[in-house]
Amino acid sequence: MSYVTSDQLIAKLRKEIKEIDAHELARRMQSDEDLTVIDVRELDEWSQGRIKGSVHIPRGFLELRVEALVPQRDQPIAVTCAGGTRSLLAARDLQELGYTNVVSVAGGFNGWKNAGYPFSKPQILNEDQRHRYSRHTIMPEVGEEGQLQLLGASVLLIGAGGLGSPAAIYLAAAGVGKIGIVDFDVVDTSNLQRQIVHRLEDVDKPKVESAARTIAQLNPDVKVIGHQTQLTSHNALDIISQYDVVINGSDNFPTRYLVNDACVLLGKKLVDGSIFRFEGQVTVYDTANGSPCYRCLYPDPPPPGEVPSCAEGGVLGVLPGIIGSVEAVEAIKLILGIGSPLAGRLLLYDALEAEFREVKVRKNPDCPVCGEHPTVTQLIDYEQFCGIPHTTPVNINGMGQPVLA
Amino acid sequence: MTTVRIPSPLRRYTNGQSKVEGSGATVRELIGNLEAQYPGIQSRLCEADGQIKRYVNVFVNEEEIRTLQGADTPVADRDEVSIIPAMAGGR
Repeated sequence: MSYVTSDQLIAKLRKEIKEIDAHELARRMQSDEDLTVIDVRELDEWSQGRIKGSVHIPRGFLELRVEALVPQRDQPIAVTCAGGTRSLLAARDLQELGYTNVVSVAGGFNGWKNAGYPFSKPQILNEDQRHRYSRHTIMPEVGEEGQLQLLGASVLLIGAGGLGSPAAIYLAAAGVGKIGIVDFDVVDTSNLQRQIVHRLEDVDKPKVESAARTIAQLNPDVKVIGHQTQLTSHNALDIISQYDVVINGSDNFPTRYLVNDACVLLGKKLVDGSIFRFEGQVTVYDTANGSPCYRCLYPDPPPPGEVPSCAEGGVLGVLPGIIGSVEAVEAIKLILGIGSPLAGRLLLYDALEAEFREVKVRKNPDCPVCGEHPTVTQLIDYEQFCGIPHTTPVNINGMGQPVLA
Repeated sequence: MTTVRIPSPLRRYTNGQSKVEGSGATVRELIGNLEAQYPGIQSRLCEADGQIKRYVNVFVNEEEIRTLQGADTPVADRDEVSIIPAMAGGR
């Protein structure tokens, strides 16, 4: 039986497989070409450093995982390893699967690093995390990379109440690394019918403390930042700017307009939910990516007293569980960049009818904050804004030009 | 007949019903006819001049009527009209 030595095999592959060096790889990665760079080293090597922009599939899993990553057989692929040998073997395997545009990177990661090209030392999940988040990481839409994104992400909850409670719990369980909570209130027994982040023992304690304790008991990976204050025009930009995504669970119109305007001004993604009795609404405002904002949907607030609050009208305790959970889902999708965000669509839930439906939310080109010629270019006095009839000029608290409310 | 979706805060005008049937060639007419059946509802939705209040959203099927022809937006027999108010509740 004839055989070849491994040296002979490698020499043969070098003739058959096109190789490129680090310079050529850098050039192709910077070009418009849709090049996928696959690093086939083992996890411990990868965790020491990697070519920026490369994806990791250990060689042992290459054939099993590559199709999900690169569905088209003619898509260009560059395979890399530590020194350029294993990548030849991996490139051969890819050719066997029918990939027609595969190159091996001569010199591998070491050559790349020595040539002075940028590399990053990726964080990796520790053993506890790999186990804790295994139901996430097994899904290709999340994977280990996605879980690391969640761990590196920050979400601000406006209110640790009915909507904020389930959102806080699910985001913490999902491993969102930093959760900020703005709430100035203390826990009351009447909150416990729906605000599931709090416990009986927390009554009379600040809600941010109570929520932080629940989260700490659930997941030590999560850092909770409590903002035990009322969100105002003076602190909103400062607080919101520290986070990637904002979840609105406030209970009044001035705060809703304030949060909206601050998110538009800062270009932050806002997941907005509201509840009343047996009905809920939820949507995503992402004006930096062309979506409408809260003011496009609700240009004017209702006059004070026109719309009853949950304290006056009541709310089914489970209802915020549904809407707040949808808000958490949307926040996670925004962080991971997966699926279709609920932007430009208002999802309506009617618990009595057991019905979900949605209507369209169109961007208003004349919107005073996100439209083509915005007149609200800084935060205004939102109490005043919500207490006056529309089309009346108002002076805005000494903070700038009058605006039309 | 056109089905009109009534939100919780307005159901006290419709004997608690979440859906009612109405008729009219436009949203304005539809609301005017609803007023005959359910007195009081019109003034919750419209200004004195018949325009929809700025803080009330009326959708014909999936589209908000401000993006169409406002109160004059035509309504066909099988359309579904939804009244969707701003809700502030979250706590």
